[in-house]
Amino acid sequence: MRHHLILRVITKLLVGTIFLFALYVQFHGDYSPGGGFQAGVIMAVGFIIYGLVFTLKKAKMVFPPWLVHKIVALGVLIYAGTGVYSLLTGYTFLDYSAIDPHAPVHGQHLGILIVEVGVGVTVTGVMVAIYYAFAARAPNLRDQDW
Amino acid sequence: MLIVTALSVVVTRSLFAIVTLSGVFSLLSALLFVRMHAVDVAFTEAAVGAGISTVLMLGTLALTSRSERSDKKPQIAPLFLVVLTGALLIYGTLDMPDFGAPDTPAQTHVGPDYIERIPKEIDVPNAVTAILASYRGYDTLGETAVVFTAGIGVLLLMSGLARRRKEDEEDEGGSS
Amino acid sequence: MAEFLTSDFVLGRLNYWFFIFLMMIGLYIVIAKSNLMKKIVGLNIFQTSVFMLYISIGKVSGGTAPIFPMDMKVDPTVTYSNPLPHVLILTAIVVGVATTSLGLALMVRIRENFYTIEEHEIAEQEQEIMLSELGLKKEEDV
Repeated sequence: MRHHLILRVITKLLVGTIFLFALYVQFHGDYSPGGGFQAGVIMAVGFIIYGLVFTLKKAKMVFPPWLVHKIVALGVLIYAGTGVYSLLTGYTFLDYSAIDPHAPVHGQHLGILIVEVGVGVTVTGVMVAIYYAFAARAPNLRDQDW
Repeated sequence: MLIVTALSVVVTRSLFAIVTLSGVFSLLSALLFVRMHAVDVAFTEAAVGAGISTVLMLGTLALTSRSERSDKKPQIAPLFLVVLTGALLIYGTLDMPDFGAPDTPAQTHVGPDYIERIPKEIDVPNAVTAILASYRGYDTLGETAVVFTAGIGVLLLMSGLARRRKEDEEDEGGSS
Repeated sequence: MAEFLTSDFVLGRLNYWFFIFLMMIGLYIVIAKSNLMKKIVGLNIFQTSVFMLYISIGKVSGGTAPIFPMDMKVDPTVTYSNPLPHVLILTAIVVGVATTSLGLALMVRIRENFYTIEEHEIAEQEQEIMLSELGLKKEEDV
């Protein structure tokens, strides 16, 4: 895709915006539509569009596969870890009041935020990993094929 | 429009067109979700259906073939089965409550209860997020685990073989 | 029987019939078409129509999206749609795409082994393989 100047310039502009939007959706999910699932997908779309336009190799330099695989597991661990934490502090599993015993409502806020981060991280990881797996097998398309 | 899109999927041969149509279908259904006040769902559907799954399907097409081979077999039995199932389901809807009625069983149990309790207990404006992460935390943990498992499955199916084949090629190169 | 034919009755259930029709198109694609890619798209259509059914059950006429005002002063006169189906479907969509990609991965593997993604051709090839294995066994027995 060396010749597609417009595509490459536009993509460079877009990728940053997409990441910013993903973070907004992630952390503003309490107040407006959005949350971990959507943010994860949007984040992954950012990496995928980068990989599509600037070849898979460059995308893998930005976000190496070993890191993707770690991240997939990390998200589930964050989520389950929140539950285990509340268990250890004497509450029921996934009861976020444990995070801030003096102000349960505040604890709920924090808990939702942490759990959503876990979800977002896992979804990002899985989507990017799936994209890498598919793209790594695709035969290299020549420019004439487009 | 959704029906037109879905019907054209049935008749189209070119798989490329089908994948594009499925993206269109997702976007249209996202519009429908907005219309039914499910903004979170519409958001997800637009991002996932029109974005990720179209890319993945196109990636698969690049690895497989681009058009469907015609099969001349008569297709009466499936059609009959489908019409029968549809008729049964429509018979089932005769007992369903009216669209948008506020006094249905679905609206009178947990739903209003959540709406009443969230401002007091969770204090998060977006009710969907509050239920997703707090009241239904177990469910969401399970869903995350499912996504995780699916990711692992794809990795096992796809990248494991690539590595093995590379090793095979190296072995063949070494032996010959 | 007369109550079944009033316009209120029909309009109140039109949405269910619409989704059932979509669902049946999806089902037809899944069972009648032999191309695996088409089957997966059909499965997606089926899935999405089920989502729509759920969401339409959660809708309250005159209601609004279940997002409260920022200051959390909930006006009791405002009705909100039922947020519970939204939550269920939200997660189902993401899980759906993950499982779809698993199906696509399987499809790629099938294509690598059989060089086709048409179901009947795969069945033919499998039959041939089975027959040849049977033949081999018989020769060994003799």
